[in-house]
Amino acid sequence: MNIPENLKYSDDHEWLRMEGEEAIIGITDFAQSELGDIVFVEVETIDETLEKGEAFGTVEAVKTVSDLLLPVGGTILELNEKLEDEPELINKDPYGEGWIVKIKVTHPAEIDEMLNSTAYKSLIES
Amino acid sequence: MKKTALNAMHRQMGAKMVEFAGWDMPVQFEGINAEHKAVRTKLGVFDVSHMGEFWVEGPHAFELVQKVTTNDVAALTDGKVQYSCFPNGKGGIVDDLLVYRFNTEKYLLVVNASNIDKDWAHINSRNDVGAKLANVSDEVSQLAVQGPLALKAMQKLTKTSVEDMEYYTFKVVEFAGVPDIIFSTTGYTGSGGCEIYMPNNKAEEIYNAVLEAGKEFDIKPIGLGARDTLRLESGFCLYGNDIDDTTSPIAAGLGWITKFVDGNDFIDRPLFESQKANGVPRRLKGFVMVDKGVPRHEYEVTDADGNIIGHVTSGTMSPMLHKGIGMAYVDKPFWKEGSEIYIKVRNKLLKAVITRPPFYKA
Repeated sequence: MNIPENLKYSDDHEWLRMEGEEAIIGITDFAQSELGDIVFVEVETIDETLEKGEAFGTVEAVKTVSDLLLPVGGTILELNEKLEDEPELINKDPYGEGWIVKIKVTHPAEIDEMLNSTAYKSLIES
Repeated sequence: MKKTALNAMHRQMGAKMVEFAGWDMPVQFEGINAEHKAVRTKLGVFDVSHMGEFWVEGPHAFELVQKVTTNDVAALTDGKVQYSCFPNGKGGIVDDLLVYRFNTEKYLLVVNASNIDKDWAHINSRNDVGAKLANVSDEVSQLAVQGPLALKAMQKLTKTSVEDMEYYTFKVVEFAGVPDIIFSTTGYTGSGGCEIYMPNNKAEEIYNAVLEAGKEFDIKPIGLGARDTLRLESGFCLYGNDIDDTTSPIAAGLGWITKFVDGNDFIDRPLFESQKANGVPRRLKGFVMVDKGVPRHEYEVTDADGNIIGHVTSGTMSPMLHKGIGMAYVDKPFWKEGSEIYIKVRNKLLKAVITRPPFYKA
């Protein structure tokens, strides 16, 4: 299972990476492998400001539907447009081309509360 | 949980296993979409050993099978297979099944894993004619080899000609060196191929031979996940989703296997005949999504104003069409082909169009 060291993780299997002022969010390799083939991503919260833990969208695999939960509070700035035609990018490259949204973080302190790669690794192994 | 004879092999090949109808079964190997496409374009092999098999034999075999199934068993000849269903005496369906005629006094019934006990009790309770019944479900393994290259690949394993067999026929052949194997050109994918019945103790040997023979054609092991997307893309009913103890074959679009001919006095015939003559208020129909979204089991169907006019029984994202597809019981008159209906997905009404399956023509 791929768990890059430079990312932050949530209990709900999202990852977060800071890029300048913005945070990029996606789901982890573990999450995509549990879900199986992803067939549809829906994010209709662009420009909305949501709290930590709120659903900002849904991801549909062949067999299941899952909410996408914000790992930190923020304003949804942008959806990865490529996912519209190629939702399978989340399966193929969950930490790269399969990123899901960019957000502006409301309380940067919340990022520090997220799990590091070691803590996330022990979470999925427990 | 019950295990098929191939359980260890599935785990060795990296299958993701799930519980299905009390069985520990592979839901996927490489991934549902990749497996789906393999069956549509080349071939794949499914372990469907969880399915049930009953023998009906003796001078009264025909009488019993004719009575408990809706299709006309008299239309079968030796070596032919028929799709049918068991009516439950209350206008619903006990199960859907395949009927194989070996001769006038010997039939094989192949039933769904989830219904083996219920089916067995049902046919025994209706056996006042004295047919000889045997439930061999625990002794028989079954492989489905499906796809446009399936018969070509399987021909390598038998001297009997199978490549040119007609759809829904069977032969008893020597297969991969094992005698008395039932080789049937049936399936649940809409992509052609065969289903092969064998004793449990030969399953591993035959499975390996099938994988070896299929290697040059890129055969892949396929899980239950792709089995479901394949059957739905072809518009085949799934018991427990699209049909059950409360749905009539007439409402379910199974009028074509409900034969009101002389000599076919099956259970519930008068009721179904009147449904056919007078119509039913709600019918099972296929639909294709116009708006983007994935319909799923139990989602509501509405009209443009949001009034409920039915419910989805099966739904998925079609791996071949890249559109949401499904089946739903829909009220009259919204069921007409081409009608616009709406599927309620997370409180939004998404447009869909009533479309006659198969959604994908292989």
